[in-house]
Amino acid sequence: MNTKVTIAGVTFQNPVMTASGTFGSGMEYSEFVDLNRLGAVVTKGVANVPWPGNPTPRVAEVYGGMLNAIGLQNPGIDVFMERDIPFLRQYRTKIIVNVCGKTVEDYIEVVEKLSDADIDMMEINVSCPNVKEGAIAFGQKTDALFHITSEVKKHARQPIIMKLSPNVTDIAEMARAAEAAGADAVSLINTITGMKIDIHKKTFALANKTGGMSGPAIKPIAVRMVYQAASAVKIPVIGMGGISSAEDAIEFLLAGATAVSVGAANFINPYVTEEIISGIEEYMAEYHVEDVRELIGAVHG
Amino acid sequence: MKKKMIAQVAAQKETAPGIYDMWIATELAQDALPGQFICLYTKDKSALLPRPISICETDKEKGLMRIVYRIAGKGTREFSSYREGDFVDILGNLGNGFPFEKAEGKKVFLMGGGIGIPPMLELAKRMQADKQIIVGYRDANTFLKEDLEKYGKVYLATEDGSAGSRGNVMDAIREHGLQADMIFACGPMPMLRAIKRYAAETGIPAYISLEERMACGVGACLGCVAKTKQVDAHSHVHNARICTDGPVFEAGEVDI
Repeated sequence: MNTKVTIAGVTFQNPVMTASGTFGSGMEYSEFVDLNRLGAVVTKGVANVPWPGNPTPRVAEVYGGMLNAIGLQNPGIDVFMERDIPFLRQYRTKIIVNVCGKTVEDYIEVVEKLSDADIDMMEINVSCPNVKEGAIAFGQKTDALFHITSEVKKHARQPIIMKLSPNVTDIAEMARAAEAAGADAVSLINTITGMKIDIHKKTFALANKTGGMSGPAIKPIAVRMVYQAASAVKIPVIGMGGISSAEDAIEFLLAGATAVSVGAANFINPYVTEEIISGIEEYMAEYHVEDVRELIGAVHG
Repeated sequence: MKKKMIAQVAAQKETAPGIYDMWIATELAQDALPGQFICLYTKDKSALLPRPISICETDKEKGLMRIVYRIAGKGTREFSSYREGDFVDILGNLGNGFPFEKAEGKKVFLMGGGIGIPPMLELAKRMQADKQIIVGYRDANTFLKEDLEKYGKVYLATEDGSAGSRGNVMDAIREHGLQADMIFACGPMPMLRAIKRYAAETGIPAYISLEERMACGVGACLGCVAKTKQVDAHSHVHNARICTDGPVFEAGEVDI
């Protein structure tokens, strides 16, 4: 049976990746998961300089999911290149580095440095809802998305994935803008902006007031958006949002995703990524699917 | 080595109003350190994040671990319904633990406030020192007091003055004129802030255990950070991860 998928010339041993921000650079979860088994590790977002992130509390539980407002705390690209990339390179897994920034220049500075690094792809975060400048500001208007995508493409040596926000009116139009600007793939969905109020303390559960919602409760929204984006563009779509089982992952493949990312589910079960890979293989055996690519976009009706 | 595994409830009782005392059978008991914690997962999958709970005591021979926790929401309410023989998913052992070897031969304060008292028990058991154990409760509904008395002199404070000194653990040490060379503490933030100030004024080291909302429990999500004086090793931004760099910090190292 074939589980390999190819995106922009990069071949992944299976379609299961980690969602940025939920898996660090793999080091913490390497105690639980054999990183060699993963299709790719998508790293926590990295900026040109270290970012301290938001005040605490940064996380809150909600029904069937969670809110986070970490605020992209990261050590900056120099430490990252010295420490995190060599760590990941010890493994067979592909490396996708998530890039964040406040300005187009910030993004380009990181992208230029990464162009000389031994990584497989970059994912450009234009969809984090938890920082005041940059990020989502580039991901909610088609012209801003087009602009940053084409600027990044000029400087990147590796293929580029644009990570899209669900906090938009028309996801198809955003996916089309990324494609038109030269993106090699799109990934979605990032978290959905939410809020939780502590009724006993009459305060916001998060210091940032709002946070990004993730977890099983958002999955139907994510499946719908992946379907809409995959129907709108020819470039591959990487689907994510609430995936916590092989069944969930297969739904995204059928909706049109070429690969999937697992996020908050890592917090609920640190072994989940490997279990999803095995579960997809079991499904393929059960339904006599010879090649995982037969599942991509195979929903009909 | 951190692991997620299934533990079996060996015993559980309500030890004070809303405070539950549970023993679980788990191999994690073998190498748990005082001040470390485990995460418990609920069966109710609408509440999906693991609940961090400090390790109160371990019995290596019997392979048992004790946790004492307060009902604070739907997760802990579910745990409180467990009976002997029930199973629960846990992740552990997490965090660094108290550096109890540093106290050897010294005169120490072990200070616990409310649901910060439980980790003081295993700490008191392991520590070879002249131990003065100061515990603060809301009222006369105390818990773990008799267990702690086996390992040192216990001084009591209650917020309502219904038992021991009126006020918190700091009021108790003042009232009894207690002194120490080193402090180990866990409790609510106002108490830890007061201990940090006291330690700075008296020039003695204090190791305090911090609490914060967590998601992963293993250092990946960066949810539970504390401001630090030194640049942290992970992100180089003065934000240590409580779940992995802590939960125990030298008081002077953290900005609380």
